[in-house]
Amino acid sequence: PVSLPFAVGQCGNQVGCRFWDLALREHAAVNKKGVYDEALSSFFRNIDTRSGNDGPDIYKGKICSLKARALLIDMEEGVVNEILQGPLRDVFDSKQLITDVSGSGNNWAVGHKIYGYQYQENIVEKLRKSAEHCDCLQCFFIIHSMGGGTGSGLGTFVLKLLEDEFPEVYRFVTSIYPSGEDDVITSPYNSVLAMKELNEHADCVLPIENESLFDIVNKIHQMINSGKLGSTLKQNSLVTSSAGSAKTVQEKPFDAMNNIVANLLLNLTSSARFEGSLNMDLNEISMNLVPFPRLHYLVSSLTPLYTLTDVNVPSRRLDQMFSDAFSRDHQLIQADPKHSLYLACALLVRGNVQVSDLRRNIERLKPSLHFVSWNQEGWKTGLCSVPPVGHSHSLLALANNTCVKPTFIQLKDRFMKLYKKKAHLHHYLHVDGMEQSCFSEAISSLSDLIEEYDELDTTKGGPRTDPSRLKIAV
Amino acid sequence: MSIVTVQLGQCGNQIGQEVFSAICSDARGTHGLCSRKENESYSDACKERFFCEEESEVPVARAVLVDMEPKVISQTLSVAARSGSWKYDDRSHFCQKQGSGNNWANGYSVHGPRHKEAIMNLVQKEAEKCDRLSGFFTIMSMAGGTGSGLGAFVTQCLRDAFPTSFILNHVIWPYGTGEVIVQNYNSVLTLSHLYQSSDALLVHENDVIHKICAQLMNIKQISFRDVNQVIAHQLGSVLQPAYTAEGCSRYSRNPLGDLMETLVPHPEFKMLGLRNIPQMPENSLAYSTFSWPGLIKHLRQMLIANAKMEEGIDWQVRPPRLGSSVPSGHSTDKPLHFNTSIANLVVLRGKDLHSVDLGSFRDPSLYTSWLNPQDAFNAWKTSRAFNKYEKSASLVSNSQFLLKPLDNVVGKAWNMFASKAYIHQYTKFGIEEEDFLDSFTALEQVISSYTSL
Repeated sequence: PVSLPFAVGQCGNQVGCRFWDLALREHAAVNKKGVYDEALSSFFRNIDTRSGNDGPDIYKGKICSLKARALLIDMEEGVVNEILQGPLRDVFDSKQLITDVSGSGNNWAVGHKIYGYQYQENIVEKLRKSAEHCDCLQCFFIIHSMGGGTGSGLGTFVLKLLEDEFPEVYRFVTSIYPSGEDDVITSPYNSVLAMKELNEHADCVLPIENESLFDIVNKIHQMINSGKLGSTLKQNSLVTSSAGSAKTVQEKPFDAMNNIVANLLLNLTSSARFEGSLNMDLNEISMNLVPFPRLHYLVSSLTPLYTLTDVNVPSRRLDQMFSDAFSRDHQLIQADPKHSLYLACALLVRGNVQVSDLRRNIERLKPSLHFVSWNQEGWKTGLCSVPPVGHSHSLLALANNTCVKPTFIQLKDRFMKLYKKKAHLHHYLHVDGMEQSCFSEAISSLSDLIEEYDELDTTKGGPRTDPSRLKIAV
Repeated sequence: MSIVTVQLGQCGNQIGQEVFSAICSDARGTHGLCSRKENESYSDACKERFFCEEESEVPVARAVLVDMEPKVISQTLSVAARSGSWKYDDRSHFCQKQGSGNNWANGYSVHGPRHKEAIMNLVQKEAEKCDRLSGFFTIMSMAGGTGSGLGAFVTQCLRDAFPTSFILNHVIWPYGTGEVIVQNYNSVLTLSHLYQSSDALLVHENDVIHKICAQLMNIKQISFRDVNQVIAHQLGSVLQPAYTAEGCSRYSRNPLGDLMETLVPHPEFKMLGLRNIPQMPENSLAYSTFSWPGLIKHLRQMLIANAKMEEGIDWQVRPPRLGSSVPSGHSTDKPLHFNTSIANLVVLRGKDLHSVDLGSFRDPSLYTSWLNPQDAFNAWKTSRAFNKYEKSASLVSNSQFLLKPLDNVVGKAWNMFASKAYIHQYTKFGIEEEDFLDSFTALEQVISSYTSL
């Protein structure tokens, strides 16, 4: 099944760029014969370029020219232009780009209302073209940041558009949330306005906090610099690494952090692309992890962050991988799921891991985790045979857990601090179509969401005793 | 007579491939411990039952492969072909691209009707290849979306299209601590629907087979392949040719019919459990000897005490004494943990069968009072050994074996249903709360019936 990623805004495109690079690397490692296969078709088209870039798709046989199934959207040209001049330029063509020059000025209203309106037709047209080339379009991915103007505003506009044009295709959103010390003063406004759209139009949201990415990068640097790992560390196994990329890439400041997010998306889609003894597709993730439509925020964690060259992996180390997935340090948002309430949990394992390893670890970890009363055994599991590059095995954990609540509460607090003083509000209200009610509705939507999580935390999901069963007349 | 196998979903296809593999390797094997004539007869019967001899070099499995995504079928076809000893018909499969998303409603209400014609065409083709059709053997898991939902729909279609053929559903019960979070919903919906169209449900529980792999087969890192191979062995022990009556000179020509007739006297009781002993790693086989009296004694106690395998049997459990003043149908009268049977079938394969005494299985106190103990119990004896086991004994039982697992699944599903969690995912595809309630009601009825045996 095919996925179509959209990168919107500066952050989104920087992550997107890392994603496409790593995806090519991953497929190159697996696909030795250079044949265009089912796995590649999830993210890439195969074009016959002998007649130019507009050539027909080749569905079977040798790889001719791979083109990413993607849309790159930015209201500034800088990042996208860099991509087009860089080593990935052949992977995209101009028909997949939508750019403008002046940017959104970190203003959600500009991104959503002005550019949204202006580029709506263009976006829909390009969207339809891309979809036409897909044999079976299952899922859209939006990659964006919440704190700015384009990714946040235009990104959520695109989300709404996707729901209108393709209601049956799943919408997964990877959202980078701003940290408290974010440069952009109005990031709380942008984020909360975007949250309302995510609440209403996304199927699944994977919130990611820059702080967490930053902490992980630091932790890895510490490990490397401490000299404890030495030569046993596999360079290209670092979750932050671009080493061994499909084309040589110069490391840029945010690259390490963006690589983590890119790896998240690769792992998320691995079982849909590659074979395994227990497949886990994206629609299954949505089905199992979203018990109620609005509670669709999934906390993710990736392990391992790096591997040693030790080929024989004793089960002890495998078990460590599972333990790590539930530790604070490996979460991609500042949250501690272990001490909050689980509504559902998914484990996607890659590599030489079997069902008994899964079961052993679930049994081991279960007692220390709190699950909601109506889902005491709420585990969704997947086994994909193909490990990520540089690893013998890996684990992606996705949790629907009330530990997202503090993140949302903090966001709300930061928003209220500004809003109470009406700081910078005029920049937004000047935009055609923006009114005060947009703000009050947005904060209301967020408050409702927080309350739903609160309710769950208090009641643990249900009555103290199991509901009585149906009685049958004998 | 031939059996057409329908493999549904990832689980169904993975298991199906192991079943054909085990059956084929057994039939071709030289460990039959019997005369060459007997071996040939067995092999021919097996071939007719499960394979089609086409102009091609290798036997072609009588099977239809169905899945809503392509990876598993593609793998299944190639693994079979690579074996060099059998294969699937290259055209006998149907798949789509997007999967069912673990959503029973998607499998049943969307994929089912949409692909009915294409799937039933394939089934019809396979059925026509058979000289005489005994019936259908479907393999599916209850936990996911395709095997469960589409599987339930296809079973219904089979019943409609082939009203006089037998349908045996092989159902995989998922691990208790989840493979799929909504597995209990999917299970409840599957079981209640299958009950209406199927003749019998033959169940394998993942947890049980996993234990067998760990404790009896000594496998350290157990994979689904290991689990599936044990399941395939157990199924083979029942489905391979057997003499179904004393003094019979021909292998049974109606395997499914024979099975149903002996085990399913009443449509309210369709849940069949399977036990097979002995089970051990292949490299231990040469060093082990078993006696029939020993095997039969163990098998009987496994039946009475509801033991899942031959280790850890509770020998304290005894059948109730007959002739007490309280009517024997009263459930409170029975000792705790005693497993009451409606009907049992024991299949014995191996040498020295002439001395076998199965009288202990005919003990009336094991059974409800509806059937004459002579009718409630049947035995199939075949001197041709199975799958390298010098002696192998299987029990297919229509008893309270599955009462507890069924009750557990319904209980958990009900608990989740009370909170309405995940229901929106089903209503999106046309399965409403009412449909859930109907399914719950149907299964509570089955539970009640089995409880009051």
